[in-house]
Amino acid sequence: MKYLSSKSLSAVILAGAVSLMSTTTVRAADSTAPIVIPIHNWSSQIVMAYVLGGMFESMGSNVEYVPADSQAVYESIRNGDVTISHEVWQSTFGKSFYNAMTKGGVIDAGTHSATTLEEMGVPTWVIEKDLCPGLPNWEALKDCHENFTTPDSGGKGRWLEGPQSWHGNLMPERLEALGLADKWTVKFAGGADALWTELASAKKEGRGTIVFNWTPNFTDADGFTFIEFPEYTEGCRKEDGGDGKCGSPKGWLKKAANYKFPKTHPAAYTAFSKVDFTTTQIGQMAALVDIDKLDHKDAAKKWLADNEALWMPWTK
Amino acid sequence: MIETFRNNKLLQFIVLIAVFLALCYLITPADGNYFWRLPPLLKGLPLAINNGVDFLMFDWWLIDVYDPDIEEFEKKPLMKEITRAIGGFVLFLIEFVREILLGGVKTIVTFTSWDWATANPWARWPGLPWTVVAGGAAILGYALSGVRLALFVFAACVYIAVFGQWEPSMQTLSFVLIAAPVSVLLGLLFGVWAFKSKRVEAILNPLLNVAQIMPHFSYLIPVMVFFGIGDHAGAIATIIFATPPMVRLTLLGLRKVPAEVTEAGLMTGCSRGQLLRKVQIPSARRDILIGVNQVIMQCLAMVVIASLIGAKGLGNDLLIALNRLRIGLALEIGVCIVLIAIVLDRLSLAWANKQTDYFADQSFTQRHKFSLMFLVVFVVGVVLAYLGRFVFPEGFNYLYLIPHNKGITTEQFWQSGVDWVWETFFYSLKGFNEWFIVDVLIPIKTAFLNMPVAATFTLAMGAGFIVGGIRSALIVGGFLLFIALTEWWDRALITSYLMTIAVLISGTIGIIVGTICAQHSASSRFILTVCDTFQTFPSFIYLIPVMMLFGVTDTSVLIAIVVYATIPATRYTVEGLRSVPEALQDAVSMSGVNRVQRYFSLELPMSFPHIALGINQTVVFALSMVIIGALIGTDDLGQLILKSLSERTGVGNGMMLGLCVAFIGLAIDQILRTWANQRKKALDLP
Repeated sequence: MKYLSSKSLSAVILAGAVSLMSTTTVRAADSTAPIVIPIHNWSSQIVMAYVLGGMFESMGSNVEYVPADSQAVYESIRNGDVTISHEVWQSTFGKSFYNAMTKGGVIDAGTHSATTLEEMGVPTWVIEKDLCPGLPNWEALKDCHENFTTPDSGGKGRWLEGPQSWHGNLMPERLEALGLADKWTVKFAGGADALWTELASAKKEGRGTIVFNWTPNFTDADGFTFIEFPEYTEGCRKEDGGDGKCGSPKGWLKKAANYKFPKTHPAAYTAFSKVDFTTTQIGQMAALVDIDKLDHKDAAKKWLADNEALWMPWTK
Repeated sequence: MIETFRNNKLLQFIVLIAVFLALCYLITPADGNYFWRLPPLLKGLPLAINNGVDFLMFDWWLIDVYDPDIEEFEKKPLMKEITRAIGGFVLFLIEFVREILLGGVKTIVTFTSWDWATANPWARWPGLPWTVVAGGAAILGYALSGVRLALFVFAACVYIAVFGQWEPSMQTLSFVLIAAPVSVLLGLLFGVWAFKSKRVEAILNPLLNVAQIMPHFSYLIPVMVFFGIGDHAGAIATIIFATPPMVRLTLLGLRKVPAEVTEAGLMTGCSRGQLLRKVQIPSARRDILIGVNQVIMQCLAMVVIASLIGAKGLGNDLLIALNRLRIGLALEIGVCIVLIAIVLDRLSLAWANKQTDYFADQSFTQRHKFSLMFLVVFVVGVVLAYLGRFVFPEGFNYLYLIPHNKGITTEQFWQSGVDWVWETFFYSLKGFNEWFIVDVLIPIKTAFLNMPVAATFTLAMGAGFIVGGIRSALIVGGFLLFIALTEWWDRALITSYLMTIAVLISGTIGIIVGTICAQHSASSRFILTVCDTFQTFPSFIYLIPVMMLFGVTDTSVLIAIVVYATIPATRYTVEGLRSVPEALQDAVSMSGVNRVQRYFSLELPMSFPHIALGINQTVVFALSMVIIGALIGTDDLGQLILKSLSERTGVGNGMMLGLCVAFIGLAIDQILRTWANQRKKALDLP
């Protein structure tokens, strides 16, 4: 009964629409429905959201911003509640992005030139103080863990990794594979705030700390050195069947969009697919807020005004 | 011999603990040993829930709908269309209020279309200048209560505006102004329904329990799947969180209405509706008002969490500020949230307490004086805002809206305050922290993890049996069995370890502070205001200073939990002690006992049921904070709930994990509540 009624219903609508379709022509201009851009909680992403918003507005589109969790946003893009995401970091959001893509509804809208690195590292003053001679080479970790212990680490040195939602058990597996597990242990922080707090308090106290971090990021300004692990090769990670003896890849930074976006806003989508920022440009956007202390919106306005030569051609 | 054992509960507890310890000692930890850990039989359930939700949302009853934007037919599932329609309506209401306060185009678009609004750029709704809103709010305060409330409301508005938080505050306000009344109405509705029908009450009760204890993070994902992302989703999650206390308090209030009052109503010929509206609800006002207070507190406590699924405003700004470690800025935002909570609470309280004067014979101006006053404020405010355009040439019209970062800021002050705390206390605290972790926390955690499952069941069900007989034992056992059959038993043990320590500390502090403050009415009022403040003050803000001082460790997590979980312990102790009848106190004092004796022999036993409920709430608060603790870094259920935000099977995992947390709470609730009720009966309290 259920199937019958839904089928007959669809037949009626179909019949109605066939007659409609013959009369409508292909839409030339973009829809006026707003393009929904997500706002997450780090500076470069927010400024870039307003930059893209300004760019779309200059093309005559309507834009709307919505705060969203950076992991959960891909499910929203899939459902069409959010239109785009402009900073998909490979190692942190890659999983969520591909999960949503497998379910259907999200498309890959190209890659920025900026490469990202997401890796364990130390604030540069840790090296200057020589708390672990030999860094940034990872082999140095074999005999300096005493300088990185915490009360709850059971005498081992501590790696402060991001929440488990970011890369699962990657870091514990890497410690195991590199034979460091008897000297080091991994603690999962609850979020980025916890990482920055750890950096700030370790600096004040002058104690050693190894934290997960990424670049481009606002911490670059204070000096941050990533540990050089054995080079990443395709499939070297434990979860991909490798031996796990490798660091993180130079990651991509992608753009994602809802599958309807190219059809509803062809011009805006074309511009969005051309959008391409370098590491330096992303750093500039973040610096306008983090260092020059501008409001995110003002920073975007300033950036748009200063870089017309860059973004104007994308909109053509 | 057996007779003494049967009557002596203390003896029973001692035997129970002896058996428990023996079991811990005898059972060897091994993977295949079912006395050590039960097999994870429910492992497949999250995926099943997930598939069920997916089917319901995306595959069930597909309808072909023509989408003019992409000029194609699309299969749209019925359920999704329904939930999105509900979401759209809620969003419309929020946008409507928001645009009255701030201006915009969405409401106009709802009645026309984006095409039309884009073609007619003049069609924008102007927002009210902040001066008009502040003046209007003050007049409202004056009309409802008097000059004092008016001054307070006005000062709060000026604070928000001057600190440059006007826009996000109004965004938050518009969302609360929809979520709170809906919660109150739903709460009243369900409360009355449960009052009328035993069956509804029986169904509602467990649902309310779960909704109240389940961490809000775990239903964020389902809400997001069903309703999408945006202010409406935030509002819906908030409503789920804020309604249960309202239902409970409505029911409680209606129950307490004396039969004589109801009969008097019936005798005067009330219909059933009239009886409810004119007799029962007004008589139950006190408890219903506490419900309204709780709804407002809960709504504002959710502001930050709701921003994770798209609510605009203060919550989102707060998260962004914290992510850059700008504690001073976050603190200012937090103060705005608390101010909004207190203003709304006081205004709604004044409104409910206002008596209608049926006999006044007033002239037109007298009757409409407040509307006329508002008209004056409106005109003056608009004129000022218009003139402001010429006064402030740099593009920021301070008389219309003080922009986000152009207000006064005390950020530097707070920041240096945090630095000062760090420099002064860090080294002394460091020693304490190390001792606490190494000698207290780690041993307790290991002890919890080394508990064989059989021993845990014996202890919990045994306690249930001693307190409430076989029924309680079975209920407690059922809750535990569910957790034990998931693959997260060890995680649940870690959650229980954090919760147990936190409840011990919070309960002790709460009862002591509550007792001291309850001695005078002024200090009781003061401490209750402090409770309100901490309940709405976003706990995210103090996470950072705490993390600075204690690192990413369990100590930080515990401190965060304790700050929040001490609130109910204190509140209920104060209320319990203050409700001991004065006549009784006098009678006892006259029989010659001193102050301390009176406390231990009269006040404490008399208020014990109240305090027990307070401890019960402490458990609930502690469990709900476990998730916030996960933001610092834990390895318990909370961390997994956070993780489920990014998982493909997130809906199922999140719900199951949430249920695990809720069931820990419900098991404890069962024992404490039964005990409290028995004491109440023994003391012949209502």
